[in-house]
Amino acid sequence: MSSEPLSVDILTSPHVKRPMSTNAIMRNVAVALAPVALFSIFAFGLSALLLLSVATISCVLTEWAVCRLSGKPNTVGDYSAAVTGLLLGLTLPPSFPLWMVAVGGAISIGLGKALFGGLGYNTFNPALVGRAFLQAAFPVAVTTWTPPFVQGRFLACIPSTLAFPFLKPTPVAEYIAAANIDAFTGATPLNLEGVTRLADPLDLFMGMTSGSTGETCAVLILLCGGYLLVRNMLDWRIPAGVLGSVFALSGVLHLINADTYPGPLFMVFSGGLMLGAIFMATDMVTSPTTALGVWIFSILIGVITVVIRLKGSLPEGVMYAILLANAVTPLIETWTQPRVFGTTKKASSTS
Amino acid sequence: MASPSYKDSFVNGIWKENPVFVQVLGMCPALAITNSVENAIAMSCAVMFVLVTSNALVSILRKWVPKEVRIAVFILIIATFVTVTDYAVKAISVPIYKAMGPFIALIVVNCIILSRAEAFSSKNNVLKSILDGLGMGIGFSIALLCMGGVREILGSGSFLGHPLFGANYEPWVIFVLPSGGFFTLGAWLFIFAWWRERGARNKKPEGHQA
Repeated sequence: MSSEPLSVDILTSPHVKRPMSTNAIMRNVAVALAPVALFSIFAFGLSALLLLSVATISCVLTEWAVCRLSGKPNTVGDYSAAVTGLLLGLTLPPSFPLWMVAVGGAISIGLGKALFGGLGYNTFNPALVGRAFLQAAFPVAVTTWTPPFVQGRFLACIPSTLAFPFLKPTPVAEYIAAANIDAFTGATPLNLEGVTRLADPLDLFMGMTSGSTGETCAVLILLCGGYLLVRNMLDWRIPAGVLGSVFALSGVLHLINADTYPGPLFMVFSGGLMLGAIFMATDMVTSPTTALGVWIFSILIGVITVVIRLKGSLPEGVMYAILLANAVTPLIETWTQPRVFGTTKKASSTS
Repeated sequence: MASPSYKDSFVNGIWKENPVFVQVLGMCPALAITNSVENAIAMSCAVMFVLVTSNALVSILRKWVPKEVRIAVFILIIATFVTVTDYAVKAISVPIYKAMGPFIALIVVNCIILSRAEAFSSKNNVLKSILDGLGMGIGFSIALLCMGGVREILGSGSFLGHPLFGANYEPWVIFVLPSGGFFTLGAWLFIFAWWRERGARNKKPEGHQA
């Protein structure tokens, strides 16, 4: 009848898709992070609330500004910048001055994401890029820890929070003394100088210690990770590989010399490992896609973390471990590509 | 290529062909010696001296140097002046000499100097070569001052050792560290590229759209 040529749409697989967008994934990550954020606000009070808000707002604003300047469609709506900001805030100590937080947010999005071409093109996890910059720029502020559950924490900020931009934060020694907590060791439990006064793994598990804003409560982070796992938005191999390799390696070292090396439970539940393993290493953009590649990637993170923690001069190694593993992700991907169906192995590899 | 005018030989190096920001040459001292303004100035003076003198000598000898061995001859000339600079800096100020570390000796392999010898002074007369050396040297100094200024102001809160913001200023330690050098250089290159692109776009508005 019609003289029009027959039109056939030819699509490549997958033909059956779930309508899962960046927006939906990021919204779920934000939902999963909410309990962690709420607990940190409960533990550290007003300062944590301001910290997380400023981190999120600065990331979103930077994203908006970058999109405008580069003439690209606005990508604020996909929640990825907000999640980056939330994650950045959760890795910073609660007493961190707000102006430094804003700098970190701008660096995270501007340097960590936009310069590489936006979401999906970034080699490194943007939140960790911001964290690494802050660690190198303000090494003192980023390792100043205050105790949790201080009286009146919802009414007043930790003094250093409201430091004037570009000026030194107010010392928090008096604040800590006023908090008057016997168990407080004056530093994150990871400062291994005080091996004898190491925190109880149960306290670490429940989040009753000092530490970075969102890294204290291991059990909550595990539960939130479980939610993402159920929603199929998390590759279970990554947390399993990271935590498993840290547990195994530090367990072996602990068995060899229990005086020098802390126990594996302490290693797994302390510092930013839990948050890093569940929320940062699993970033879909910066982790490998093949199953074997994911195992290599996650075990690499675990091993580097243990080596930096026990042999390096830094108190925490999770951040650098993840960034280094991000850097080798393209190489892992090339190595672990599956054989195309129907082709044979090369002659050289069979011999 | 026609020989450039006297004015062009001098002016080109300062801005249009700025050795660091436009030609992206001499990255090694630009990254390593710019953690303070003082070091940047000392490095600029050393490079400028070597640039002018080696340009002059290469230009004087250009008629007698066989084409086949010209690079070796250029390097010999440059190395001579670098050695002179090395001893001179050591005689003038030992602290500065120590702060510069191996980078005075490394002026020998600085691409700016060899590229000017090869591309300019081996083809032009002595006066033009000296002007070109001066222009490039000034351009290099501007670049190093831009780098050193940003890094010292942010990294130590001071300029030429004078504190700018009072005792309460929180220094951004990263800018004194090597990684800060890369950040600063990247930012300056970004600004220059953006500026030039904008200028090119304004010149011919009906031209290519970005």
